[in-house]
Amino acid sequence: MNQELLTPLLILSAFLFFTGVYGFVTRRNMISMLMSAELMLNSANINFVAFNKFLYPGKLDGMFFTLFIITIAAAEAALAIAIIIHVYRQTKSIDVKDADQLI
Amino acid sequence: MESQTVVFYLISALTAFSALLAVTASQLFRSAIYLLFTLIGIAAIYFMLDQDFIAAVQIIVYVGGIVVLIIFSIFLTQDSGVEMRKSEWWRIAASGMAALSGFLLTALGLVEYNFVTQSDNLVTGGVKELGRALLSLNAGGYVLPFEMVGLLLLAAMIGCIVIAVKLKELPEGKENIQ
Repeated sequence: MNQELLTPLLILSAFLFFTGVYGFVTRRNMISMLMSAELMLNSANINFVAFNKFLYPGKLDGMFFTLFIITIAAAEAALAIAIIIHVYRQTKSIDVKDADQLI
Repeated sequence: MESQTVVFYLISALTAFSALLAVTASQLFRSAIYLLFTLIGIAAIYFMLDQDFIAAVQIIVYVGGIVVLIIFSIFLTQDSGVEMRKSEWWRIAASGMAALSGFLLTALGLVEYNFVTQSDNLVTGGVKELGRALLSLNAGGYVLPFEMVGLLLLAAMIGCIVIAVKLKELPEGKENIQ
């Protein structure tokens, strides 16, 4: 890919990050908040790959960071959904306002 | 303009648009589908950057795993057609302004900053190279984080089972383990 596209790529990643921030703050639903968090993680991944590709092409660290972030995001999403389902069984709601106790 | 540049801007526009819809759609199920399109767009960007392995992992883990899990939990916890409760207008206005100003500040900084890009023929990031570095014990190898991530996934799996399991009603006189 053309090297002048680094800045547009980083701007796209910043856009995705702040879209995730907006969604995380405005949404009241736990599953939507989880989806916004996934958006933020993905924007960080784009940054890692772009910097590795264009600024340090001799190394592989950015790629490995991306792979490990993807793995940890999968674990995080699975745990968060388990907690959401547990909260739903207790309170019959997935609104953050209703989730005020763990058991 | 080169054709690759045009394709890049098309994919970026699609990704950004569906990300915006994913956080503003009023139905939760639609929001999940827009998130799916965003993740596919990001995988396409990885393909454009010649990172085939990371793009494949992105599609397998995110599109095939996390989004399916999210849709699954939407069906478990609520009716998919129900509209979500709207936030208060001041919350939308304040967070919209915060996100917009943050984005503009970051974009301005990125445009002003001159990145010194390197020539791009040193590394390909192919599967062979990544696999060798992942299991290498030498300096620059990643075998310890690899093992740690395996342990983390095991812990997360056991944690999910413990949290989400439905406990059976035991007969009188027997204590539940939890």
